[in-house]
Amino acid sequence: MNRIKKAFENKKAFIAFITGGDPDIETTEKLVIALTEAGADIIEIGIPFSDPIAEGAVIQEASERSLANGCTVDKLFEMVKRVREKVDTPLLFMTYINPVFVYGKEQFMKKCADCGIDGIIVPDLPFEESDELSYICEQHGITQISMIAPTSEERIKMIAENAGGFLYCVSSLGVTGVRSEINTGVSEMIQKVKAVSSVPCAVGFGISTPEQARDMAAVSDGVIIGSAIVRLAAEYGRDCEGPVKKYAREIKYAMENKNLCRK
Amino acid sequence: MNIRRGRFGEYGGQYIPETLMNAVDELEQAYLRYRDDSGFKNELTNLLNNYAGRPSLLYFAEKMTHDLGGAKIYLKREDLNHTGSHKINNVLGQILLAKKMGKTRVIAETGAGQHGVATATAAALTGLECEIFMGKEDTERQALNVFRMELLGATVHPVTSGTMTLKDAVNETMREWTKRIHDTHYVLGSVMGPHPFPMMVRDFQKIIGKEIKEQIMLAEGRLPNAVIACVGGGSNAIGAFYEFLDDPSVRLIGCEAAGLGVDNPKNAATMANGAVGIFHGMKSYFCQDEYGQIAPVYSISAGLDYPGIGPEHAYLSDISRAEYVPVSDNEAVEAFEYLSRTEGIIPAIESAHAISYAKKTAPAMARDQIIVINLSGRGDKDVAAIARYKGVNINE
Repeated sequence: MNRIKKAFENKKAFIAFITGGDPDIETTEKLVIALTEAGADIIEIGIPFSDPIAEGAVIQEASERSLANGCTVDKLFEMVKRVREKVDTPLLFMTYINPVFVYGKEQFMKKCADCGIDGIIVPDLPFEESDELSYICEQHGITQISMIAPTSEERIKMIAENAGGFLYCVSSLGVTGVRSEINTGVSEMIQKVKAVSSVPCAVGFGISTPEQARDMAAVSDGVIIGSAIVRLAAEYGRDCEGPVKKYAREIKYAMENKNLCRK
Repeated sequence: MNIRRGRFGEYGGQYIPETLMNAVDELEQAYLRYRDDSGFKNELTNLLNNYAGRPSLLYFAEKMTHDLGGAKIYLKREDLNHTGSHKINNVLGQILLAKKMGKTRVIAETGAGQHGVATATAAALTGLECEIFMGKEDTERQALNVFRMELLGATVHPVTSGTMTLKDAVNETMREWTKRIHDTHYVLGSVMGPHPFPMMVRDFQKIIGKEIKEQIMLAEGRLPNAVIACVGGGSNAIGAFYEFLDDPSVRLIGCEAAGLGVDNPKNAATMANGAVGIFHGMKSYFCQDEYGQIAPVYSISAGLDYPGIGPEHAYLSDISRAEYVPVSDNEAVEAFEYLSRTEGIIPAIESAHAISYAKKTAPAMARDQIIVINLSGRGDKDVAAIARYKGVNINE
């Protein structure tokens, strides 16, 4: 059965983001396994891009490190193929449209399907341009994840009605990055989705603490955490596997409403 | 289930984060409403004529013509506009529109600083809060313009990400727009970015070609054989070209920045070296690698130091209605000095790219043929940089 769908069954999904190739491909491979062991329900692997306009400083810098170390989408395909033999976690690529377009959309999706990628998130491909990929994604069984934002308002209906997999609900204005406070309009945004669609809603942008994860999980179907994990990769480099695993466990426990084990 | 808006052939589109989609929709609706509104048009015309100093002159460059010994050369003097370049045409239109939309703050990217200065100027005039994003490297290349913008009341943010030039300034202005949308309009400076910008900026700039046509008909009683303009994003070029698109006898030539040469990696010649891609909200040509990573481009001209080109130019190139030619740093600097000495006009280093190509092509043309060069900006801002390039210390 569809791995993404399964990730939302009878639980709130914890969706973890890492920048592929930061600091190197081997570490990314280890992180996919570590995050799976820590209970991540879906893992997003960011394809580094030279000009990530939707990202804040943390992920921008991670992309720079990854590209400087020679990461390419071909190397990520190979890595996913290897790790797919070890984990059954749904794996998504998060990428800007240009790397997909220039690689060849058809070729890109074929390789995604071959190596075991389940879906793709493209932050600079809004609803109006989504058919740049939708037909090819469908052909290769790759789920195209749509996004809604606090500014979407009346656009939510058309986006939700056409959404597959889950809907990525952007919690706040601005770019990715850790925030001390999350916009309180999230639950209203999600209610608008639920009025027209049964697609699961996962909230991302700005979430970092177990408390925030628990609060956001309470009003949604899942929580996406990126910058807070990438920050650990920046801090610990090739030794980030342990700290990331520990952090992911805390998030997972918080979302399951278990006691936070903290020192 | 697709709404294909703002396309020039396959180019253009709206490839931006969802957070900005309502903002560009709102902008498009406001623009479509006001562009035909007589009150808006009168206000804009009044500002263009009485504040910016339009119409700009079409000047017969007699000495240059005589010196080159070929086609008659006319210069469209956009350098004489208030703030010293064509940028003010677009800025006045967008600032008026921002006011109509109830916005109280404007943000803009700038390369050479000309668009930033124009935006800061119009914001000062209309009482809007103004923040300008400029690559750190450009703030150093164009320090005078930074102070000029601050003098006009704007805040200038040096951008330290990526290559610290125009491309990164655009990235950062887009990021800033996603942070604060409700009261903020992004005054994009060229015919690029997501729809409706390429169309709207072109419309605000097409007055250049409209005036050229009227002025050349008055002076010569016929159309020019060629219109030549420099191209970064391409706003002065499209402004000069647009009125002539349906006049096939008029060659339209865009001059892009080849930096150290088209065969050297340090260039910004998008048409010569780029490939089709999707970036900064639009499908067009971009300098990039085989994995779609945007290339770190280079030109002596901060205003042409951009890895892409507006989508309408991509289309005009594909259908062979316009030609795009590379001009190197050396050639541009030589033309910069040439026009200064020959006509007593110091051109912007951007515009000097167009002068250079005209110099090459005019001698091969008949004496009864006509070239119009769009002199998009004045060169005062470049004097220090050219001195540096030539190794002259002027104690700035």
